[in-house]
Amino acid sequence: MQHVAPPLALEIHALTKHFDRPAVDGLNLTVRFGEFYALLGPNGAGKSTTLRMIAGLLRPDAGSIHVAGIDALADPVAAKQVMAWISDEPMIYDKLTPLEYLEFIAGLWRVEPVQARSRAQELLDWLDLLPHAHERCEGFSKGMRQKVALAGALVHDPRLIILDEPLTGLDAGSARQVKSVLRERVGAGGTVIMTTHILEVAERMADRIGVIAHGRLIAEGTLDELRRKAGTDAAGGVGTGNDASLEDTFLALVAAPAEAA
Amino acid sequence: MIARPGGAVWFAAHEWRLARRDWLAMITAGRRERWRRAVCAIAIFVIFLHVVAYWTVGRYAAAVPDQPTLAAVTATMLLSWFLMISQAMESTTRAFYSRSDLDLILASPAAVARLFAVRIATVAFSVAMMALPLGAPFIDMLIVLGGWRWAGAYGVVAAMAAAATALAVGLTVALFRVIGAKRTRFVAQVVAAVIGAAFVIGLQVAAILSYGTVSRLSVLQSRSTLALAPDAASIVWWPARAALGDATALVGVLCLSLVLLGAVIAMVASRFGEYAVTAASAGASSKVQARPTGGFRPTSPRRALRRKEWALLRRDPWLVSQTAMQMLYLIPPALLLWRSFTASDGAYQLLVPVLVMAAGQLAGGLAWLAISGEDAPDLVAAAPVPPRYIVQAKIEAVVGIIAVVFAPLVAVLAVASPWHALVSFAGIALAAAAATAIQLWFRSQAKRSQFRRRQVSSRLATFAEAFSSIGWAATATVAATSVVLAVAPASLTLLVVAGAWFMSPRSAPRAA
Repeated sequence: MQHVAPPLALEIHALTKHFDRPAVDGLNLTVRFGEFYALLGPNGAGKSTTLRMIAGLLRPDAGSIHVAGIDALADPVAAKQVMAWISDEPMIYDKLTPLEYLEFIAGLWRVEPVQARSRAQELLDWLDLLPHAHERCEGFSKGMRQKVALAGALVHDPRLIILDEPLTGLDAGSARQVKSVLRERVGAGGTVIMTTHILEVAERMADRIGVIAHGRLIAEGTLDELRRKAGTDAAGGVGTGNDASLEDTFLALVAAPAEAA
Repeated sequence: MIARPGGAVWFAAHEWRLARRDWLAMITAGRRERWRRAVCAIAIFVIFLHVVAYWTVGRYAAAVPDQPTLAAVTATMLLSWFLMISQAMESTTRAFYSRSDLDLILASPAAVARLFAVRIATVAFSVAMMALPLGAPFIDMLIVLGGWRWAGAYGVVAAMAAAATALAVGLTVALFRVIGAKRTRFVAQVVAAVIGAAFVIGLQVAAILSYGTVSRLSVLQSRSTLALAPDAASIVWWPARAALGDATALVGVLCLSLVLLGAVIAMVASRFGEYAVTAASAGASSKVQARPTGGFRPTSPRRALRRKEWALLRRDPWLVSQTAMQMLYLIPPALLLWRSFTASDGAYQLLVPVLVMAAGQLAGGLAWLAISGEDAPDLVAAAPVPPRYIVQAKIEAVVGIIAVVFAPLVAVLAVASPWHALVSFAGIALAAAAATAIQLWFRSQAKRSQFRRRQVSSRLATFAEAFSSIGWAATATVAATSVVLAVAPASLTLLVVAGAWFMSPRSAPRAA
């Protein structure tokens, strides 16, 4: 009997996007279902551009993107149906309440109303937003807005969640809530791909970490694998031993291609 | 001379620099290399306005200050003055609520009373500057043809701006005290809009009720109005006399208005900081409860998008007031319709272009809000909905509002004159479709709060939208008499729309 490999949550091949310079340069990336994947890289490395191409907000110049086995460039609607995307500054409608916002999103994703309502209540409760469910979002703090956006991303039960800097500007309590929700999703078989500059979060939460620099994936693996690679590439530079933190490892990794260039 | 930091002159220099750079950015659309072209365009426009002024007011250059002339000049000045009050109220509201640099200045040890004294004076100056581009060509032509006595009109413009600002600041502060900081922003903007339109509309309403036409002059030139007016020596005519060259009247009007403005600045400036802080607190603590929904309603993505557009518009009183302003101009034709229900075709003929024009303008504004003013473009683009469905849903949202606003008027017209109703319906549909299409071709991402400045983002789209609405209004007017003759204006209007399509940016941002 021939063995058929299950589809990957995300499969990117030779992805390329140029603006006035190459933003993403032949990127290859695969993420499995049930995996928490953190994408790291210095400013301007191409992380957000990559995520925007996956989410269908930017068309790549070349390459392919498959989401849960669906060709996202050939059938973007089907690919979008199974994923959710949250930007670093999520835009929500000031004049809608959280519940109305979730109803709107459920409508866009064609979620059955009864199921969407119950899911929305559950999410708002989970994120401590239930007391504000009928207040317009215009008076909300950044943390509350971020949580509303997260609830919006989860209300249609996506298989792949893509988050661009989701914890920026959140207080400790809100950040913990968001992390707990994301871990729960991964535990339930979902996939989370997240960019972050908070390396501690990536270190604690991610199953695998990818490091992007100059639009290319320069390293990928578990923290231990990255430590080993950094030790090899940086030829035993400062803090690249087995006890090195992710910060040391990351700095060593992104410094290596820069020195090589 | 170097002004002392924190002093009134220093603040004035700061304000002047900001205003100058803002103006330059607006004129050149943010590109400095366009400066020469902008100067040329302004020069051509100024010459054009002088030619128009020559033909319009040339025959009045030798006017004498008799009662009918004084009444006509006073009415024209009142019309401008109401618009100045409206403009000054807008600017004053912005001075209270705009947080751009206010937090920085309020947090500094500088004397804010000086800043606000300068800001109120700046409002008066900008109001005068807004009036001059349109008023100066007429005054210039009167000076050329009627002599230097007309130069007094420039002094009257300055006096009117000072008095309008004093009144606007007084009104805004009164609103602040009576209804509180939270409501003042919206109410002041609505009041400003209504004041701006009230005089024109009021005169038209009076003319319709008295004479059955929308002509404003019919009221002013009537014997009954002149019989009620004071005699030519009355102080009421001083502003008009000043404009006609009476030096004593000019000095009196200027002194009175400047004293009024000075008194308002002295009374209000010291408390302006307190008002601004209150305004900021009102904005920060606003918690608006919406009516709880029973459950999520069955829907499709298109319906969800339409509902969202309607809810956002309904819940934004400022946007409603801005779009509804265009509807205020429908009051006179609606009144005319009511008055002329049993009259001849002449009255209906007048209604057709007004309805068509209003529909075009309203559709343009709504289409901008729905298409360019999407506050969460990435969210919508990331949804599993084909881009064309998203655009269709937004167009449907615009069409829905146009239908709700105009259907009752067309229905009433249909009872009185089915032919005119049919022509109006076709004209409204064409004008709305053209305005929406132009907004679609020229779409660019913007915040809804930039609605009032949407014209700045693309002047080409603004002009195309205006000419298209005027063209369809003209087409409908001619079609009401002869469908065959309407082919010519319709063809011209189609050329305008086609030209807009041809010149529209092909690389407008689109979702992948």
